[in-house]
Amino acid sequence: MATKLPSVDAVLIGFGWTGAIMAQELTDAGLNVLAIERGDWRDTPTDFSPAYAQDELRYYWRHELFQRLSHDTLTIRNNQSQTALPMRQLGSFLLGAGVGGAGVHWNGQVWRFLPSDLKAKSHNLQRYGKAYVPDEMTIQDYPVSYDDLEPYYDKFEYLCGVSGKAGNLKGVIQPGGDPFEGPRQREYPNPPLDIPYAPSLFGQAAASLGRHPFPHPAANASRAYTNPLGVQLGPCTYCGFCEKYACGNYAKASAQTTILPVLMRKRTFTLKTNAEVLKINLSPDGKTATGVTYVDEQGREFEQPAEMVILSAYILHNVRLLLLSGIGKPYDPVTGEGIVGKNYAYQITSSVNVFFNDKILNPFIGAGALGVMINDFNGDNFDHAGLNFIGGGYVGILQTGARPIETHPTATGVPTWGLEWKQAIARDFAKTTQINTHGGVMSHRGNYLDLDPTYKDALGRPLLRMTFDYGDNEHRMSDYLTDRAAEIAKAMGGREIKANYRKGPWDVVPYQTTHNTGGAIMGESPRDSFTNKYLQSWDVPNLFVLGATAFPQNAGYNPTGTVAALAYHAADAIKAQYLKAPHQPLVQA
Amino acid sequence: MRQFQVDRRTLLGAGALAFAVPLASSAEQLTGLGLPWAPNTSSFPTAVDLRARYVYFNADEAAFIEAAALRMIPADPTGPSALEAGVPLFIDRQMAGDYGKGARWYMQGPFGKSTGTQGYQAKWPPAGFYRAAIKAIGDHLGQNNGQPFHKRAEADQDAFLKDLSGGKVDLGADVDGKAWFTLLLQNVMEGYFSDPIYGGNRNLSAWKMIGFSGARYDQRAYVLAYGKPYPLPPVGIGGRPAWSMKG
Repeated sequence: MATKLPSVDAVLIGFGWTGAIMAQELTDAGLNVLAIERGDWRDTPTDFSPAYAQDELRYYWRHELFQRLSHDTLTIRNNQSQTALPMRQLGSFLLGAGVGGAGVHWNGQVWRFLPSDLKAKSHNLQRYGKAYVPDEMTIQDYPVSYDDLEPYYDKFEYLCGVSGKAGNLKGVIQPGGDPFEGPRQREYPNPPLDIPYAPSLFGQAAASLGRHPFPHPAANASRAYTNPLGVQLGPCTYCGFCEKYACGNYAKASAQTTILPVLMRKRTFTLKTNAEVLKINLSPDGKTATGVTYVDEQGREFEQPAEMVILSAYILHNVRLLLLSGIGKPYDPVTGEGIVGKNYAYQITSSVNVFFNDKILNPFIGAGALGVMINDFNGDNFDHAGLNFIGGGYVGILQTGARPIETHPTATGVPTWGLEWKQAIARDFAKTTQINTHGGVMSHRGNYLDLDPTYKDALGRPLLRMTFDYGDNEHRMSDYLTDRAAEIAKAMGGREIKANYRKGPWDVVPYQTTHNTGGAIMGESPRDSFTNKYLQSWDVPNLFVLGATAFPQNAGYNPTGTVAALAYHAADAIKAQYLKAPHQPLVQA
Repeated sequence: MRQFQVDRRTLLGAGALAFAVPLASSAEQLTGLGLPWAPNTSSFPTAVDLRARYVYFNADEAAFIEAAALRMIPADPTGPSALEAGVPLFIDRQMAGDYGKGARWYMQGPFGKSTGTQGYQAKWPPAGFYRAAIKAIGDHLGQNNGQPFHKRAEADQDAFLKDLSGGKVDLGADVDGKAWFTLLLQNVMEGYFSDPIYGGNRNLSAWKMIGFSGARYDQRAYVLAYGKPYPLPPVGIGGRPAWSMKG
């Protein structure tokens, strides 16, 4: 029997980026906010100490900062004809755990989606016609435009102290920036990071081919910075342990380094850690969320009533909790009916290695979002006529730091072990770099999330089941990007290159990206979406679902900038409209 | 100075044990107090005791691992072999610890056969998989011409490992030889290239060989030094050998 607790104005489920953003905004509006986080409290001095943060084995390969799959995982398969098996070990994506979520171990790559990315269906149909957007490609327009989100992209970039160079200021193209980006109201808060040798060589080679290279926008501070909340970040020291690690240096933006020092002082905010929400409770008519039920580490259950429920966990957990709570109609890929679990999408990556004889690159000098990129082949920045795919991705060298267990690339024909391998890696390690491609994945009818019929978590609840594979659209797009990367690789003038195309079905083993999206998507009407443009549930108006859960399909950019912008956009609507008429829909169905 | 090394390691180990209690245990509630902080809550890694011999592997297993690791990273003047770097001892300690037990992995059944894209599906965590696989390999070789792996000629060993990696060795229904080879090679690379605190990469020798800077805190001075060799030797979490191994 659950112990019933006193009601709060708003309860947040999960406390990473979106939870911290929403808690900060709602407490500013005078609300009494409780965040329930199933993981531990984590902070820089106690958990990410620079005395031992640079430990590849412990943090990446032994997953210390990531979700314990022994507690819960998901099951995976490529298509409906297969039997899903549990993801027993992390691989393709790295789920977070604890305060700050995956925003603790991200790279700090802060992108905005293109204006056309947000209108993927109508834009591509209009430009390329039905043959490029077949019925099985279940893409939809976002119900928000780039102009709607611009102020919120800006707000997040200033919160994080992003280091970069604007390419489009109020419609005027800026030299040195990304000429393809949507117009921004002002320059980035900090100048770009220093560019190491390999990315600079990439930039020269790309420019020689007529491409438009620019420094990657980075939530790794290029100098000391005080954000609008008064929280200070320190300059990045290029230690090379950023992606998959926590920053010991207050240089990488995270909830801990940008919001929590302010939020945690507020008397109107409470954080409960090591407490896991089991379900969102509904009123008998199913139209109101009455709060949540959670369990603590001793197995004691509590019922936490709330006026408003905000689901702010990682996308996969958001979708699973909706399904476990019986909210919304589960998606059926056979009939195409139902909403929850629909339009799960991901990203597709590939790479090209470049080996030099004469250039010492020291690729272990790195930072999460340190590099030089081109967006010439992202989204609809290029004419797709005759290419038989839509979408695209960025191409560039991201020098996150070559840690040698993970990064010991060898040239074509060199075996993966033995004397020849050893001699090759000794010769090449410091003189090798890698161009990456990072492409978007469209939504397809057969890619979805539901509850697994067989496997259970440590609490006896069904695991989430992921049915996913790349479509022909994605393979053609990724091959095209890889070819473009190989052209630049050749122009860099190394001894040899090796192109690593993404072939075959999606494989859970090699790390690709932690950019899972969809499953409770946003849209114009309850017929085709779970939330309206303010991330408010159509069916349960006092329930908001944050995160990439809302993406109708993915784009060729890292999602965090858009995830944060959507959270701020929702927070503003809650503050300006919803609180004046609680429990009412912000958009009429 | 040798005494200092032992003391420091003992200290690290003791620290990890004594203060491994999580700061925020059971459903801690934090309201309005700012960022919670308590002294001595950092969790340093525990250094492997290099004096002890194998903890997990039995003699047959150790002989196999030593021989196989040496073929994966053989001795030559380029740099350390897997044996010189301490890789077998590293793997032994990993098997004896949480990793070997699969403490963080999902290990509930039922166990099915992977389509090839579903990752690790062995019914044992790594330690059990090693035990079963090395036994199955011993049985397999015994049934053929009787020579255990570690007594065979190098060319023979290489050929067997190649067949194993290519899925050409049938080790019975339970042991997927190719999957186990993948795990073994991964663990060998981990032992070779991880921080020496875990027992491999002895004296930072593998990092020296490839020119990796290690656990460096501040590399700002070298970002724009295009084409210049990195001017400092590698350093580990426990420092550099020169700090503790001399005299």
